[in-house]
Amino acid sequence: MAETTSTVVEPSRRDFLFIATGAAAAVGGATLVWPFIQSMTPDAATVAAGAPVEVDLTPIAEGQIVKVFWRGKLIFIRNRTAAEVKAAEDVNLASLRDPQPDSARVKPGHTQWLIVYGNCTHLGCVPLGHQGPYEGWFCPCHGSIFDTSGRVRGGPAPINLPIPPYTFTSDTKIVIGQEATA
Amino acid sequence: MSQHSTTYVPKSAFAKWFESRLPIAGLVHSSFIAFPVPRNLNYFWTFGAILAFMLVSQIVTGVFLAMYYTPNASLAFQSVEHIMRDVNYGWLLRYLHANGASMFFIAVYIHIFRGLYYGSYKAPREILWILGVVIYGLMMATAFMGYVLPWGQMSFWGATVITNILAAIPVVGDTIQSLLWGGYSVGNPTLNRFFSIHYLLPFMIVGVVILHIWALHVPGQNNPTGVPIKSGKDAVPFTPYATIKDIFATVVFMIFFAWFVFYIPNFLGHADNYVPANPAVTPTHIVPEWYFLPFYAILRAIPDKLGGVIAMFAAIAVLAFLPWLDTSKVRSTNYRPLYKQFFWILVADTLLLGWLGAKPPEGWYVVVSQIATAYYFIHFLVILPVLGFIERPLPLPNSILDSVMGVKGGAGLPSGAKAEPQAKG
Amino acid sequence: MRALGNNIMMKRTLLIAAALLGLSAPAIAAEETPVPPQLKWTFHGPFGTFDRAQLQRGFKIYREVCSSCHSLSYVAFRNLSQPGGPEFSEAQVKALAAEYKVQDGPNDAGDMFERPARPADHFPAPFPNENAAAAANGGKAPPDLSLMAKARTYERGFPWFIFDMFTQFAETGPDYVHAILTGYEEPPAGFQVPTGGHFNEYYPGHVIAMPKPLSDGQVEYPKDANGQPQAPETVEQYSRDVTAFLMWTAEPHLEARKRIGFQAILFLIVLSGLLYFTKKKIWARVGHSDLTTHQA
Repeated sequence: MAETTSTVVEPSRRDFLFIATGAAAAVGGATLVWPFIQSMTPDAATVAAGAPVEVDLTPIAEGQIVKVFWRGKLIFIRNRTAAEVKAAEDVNLASLRDPQPDSARVKPGHTQWLIVYGNCTHLGCVPLGHQGPYEGWFCPCHGSIFDTSGRVRGGPAPINLPIPPYTFTSDTKIVIGQEATA
Repeated sequence: MSQHSTTYVPKSAFAKWFESRLPIAGLVHSSFIAFPVPRNLNYFWTFGAILAFMLVSQIVTGVFLAMYYTPNASLAFQSVEHIMRDVNYGWLLRYLHANGASMFFIAVYIHIFRGLYYGSYKAPREILWILGVVIYGLMMATAFMGYVLPWGQMSFWGATVITNILAAIPVVGDTIQSLLWGGYSVGNPTLNRFFSIHYLLPFMIVGVVILHIWALHVPGQNNPTGVPIKSGKDAVPFTPYATIKDIFATVVFMIFFAWFVFYIPNFLGHADNYVPANPAVTPTHIVPEWYFLPFYAILRAIPDKLGGVIAMFAAIAVLAFLPWLDTSKVRSTNYRPLYKQFFWILVADTLLLGWLGAKPPEGWYVVVSQIATAYYFIHFLVILPVLGFIERPLPLPNSILDSVMGVKGGAGLPSGAKAEPQAKG
Repeated sequence: MRALGNNIMMKRTLLIAAALLGLSAPAIAAEETPVPPQLKWTFHGPFGTFDRAQLQRGFKIYREVCSSCHSLSYVAFRNLSQPGGPEFSEAQVKALAAEYKVQDGPNDAGDMFERPARPADHFPAPFPNENAAAAANGGKAPPDLSLMAKARTYERGFPWFIFDMFTQFAETGPDYVHAILTGYEEPPAGFQVPTGGHFNEYYPGHVIAMPKPLSDGQVEYPKDANGQPQAPETVEQYSRDVTAFLMWTAEPHLEARKRIGFQAILFLIVLSGLLYFTKKKIWARVGHSDLTTHQA
């Protein structure tokens, strides 16, 4: 750009050309990266396989925990006993690490059914049911403790076991992966 | 020591013709033949060559294993068993590769602690050291992804635990996790891309190793005194002196390697990895490979998830800042009586963290992990910077030759500005 | 899709899932699982080899007892005659394979059909798939046994694991398998064994789903010249024999590995000796053969 020394202050047509060329090349380069990044995200078949699943609750006896999979993720369906429901409800919320009333973790009218993701919120291990001081879950990996509402009560897990999107289509049927249309 | 000419002179007409077009023989000659090596290097300096050998060994065995391995979640475990049972010498290739990873880390840890002890990270070798930290990071990524490939229980759950660690990163964590998984959890796409990256990274390591050696050849090697080469008498040519010593050490290391491969090939592995991956069942006790254990202990010592992740990465990253954290003007710990003690405490602390990493995170193990983690960081962030100001180093020898000949240092004026101890009290 | 498949299975095995969760409950309560006794195995150490007769007896136990529930999927009939294993003759293997039926096909009509197995075939599994195996066995599929001797272990702890490196003690798996097979006992007073569970001294938590598989005199051993069984027909001996067999199925090239290892290490020692003296000779030119500088 030695030749343009006289017009340093004023952007010349040539400067504009350089900037435009550089910008166009940069945009093109960035665009080229996009499909490569996108190719690493879940593919169409995986997404399709992640469609909602229906679960029949009739065979689940009181007190049982059943494991189902949705989108390759483990989900616990727990038919809680009256005592377990009561224990989950009678908790001083202030004492919780991730305060959440039991009512916010179940569907109204279906309080006996607790449906939570089955991987510990610490590092994703599978907690063991009916264990630990709260008879909820106990994670064998790093000792996280969950109560009968799937809320973290001890150990390294930062938050409660999350609730997957689901909806009751009848009293004995749920669809996981589909939130009730409000 | 100048029986060898220091520059390469092409002898034949062809060599002359070739050299004028691609001066590679000259490069090799100056780097690996005439290159001056301090004459007082001990056997801890042979681990560079041992590491080069391990890298080549891993790449060669890996390429052959890849001829039979199938990176598919429903076939991976079976294909590894096929290698172990039906492929001719397949068991040998796999055990060499699996144990080779451990040998690579044993060698790299000795190499790193050698650098820590003799102050090899200090000016003018900062870039050399940082490149080494980069290689170490790439090695860890490669080893982690490689351990996932057999798709056993420990592979699957190790991958789950580590990728969940990344989810703790604010803002971009979930995106990174989803890009690694290629699905909604660890699954077939994850295995497939881990294989691709596991095959790629070793060649990136080769690239950085070339830079590492290049950066080494600018200032030359450090040595047990930390005093730089001052005259030809301090040095010997790389070939044959260093070459033969490196080869000898590498072969001795191979005996150690062979002991594991042939007699206790599963000693460093986990029994659970002979159980095919099952997303519905967690092994009772998820433990990473031994070489990750100190960092795993640090991760678990912090009760907060994000905090644990930060501490774990910081434990590795802090190494890169070492050249500026160590304020002492003396390189070699041989002349730093105070630091010498702290060095061995650090070694013990690291070993303790490694042991704790294999223990369940309960009771007093947690407390001890926290103390050991705190000490690890205190060593680098407090002790190392402060010690440089308060420590009174021993007198340095005038030259490498003096040290070799047993001439006690400090008789004359300490020469060599870089290595001069600061008289501070 | 997978979720749906699992879902169907779930419906069938609901009770079972709960039972399982219950079964693992004492794992935390009863921590003190005794350490399996260390046995003397013929395959231990640098010169360890399998005892052919023992492997053959062990195979008989697998065939007559274990195989009704446990698969051995990674092992093919042909493996039984390969060197370093039970070394049955090829004719024996051929005859043996023919006793099994395996599925093949589709044929020209497009149908799957059953045919006698050939030596190249793998052992057929007792159940068509894992869910069927689980459904038939109280909710927990009996694990495949091919790798069992390497897939189980117990913790050695510090400092024993360091000594193990030198003594080449690598038989925690076989010791554990043998201990489980011989560990069935009456539960101690006050120990509540859940339904579907069985008390086993060496199983972590002491409650194992597998019923006691072996009893004295259950399997007939080949007779020696005097008409006596080759080895005692006891649970103890059965357990040892079948464990040795499972060690072979887990590590079929163990003998070759140790043999080649000895040769390789011997060679490396000689080579390193030669290199050491070469190195010494070369460094002698510098005037100091020993240049270590650890004075301080």
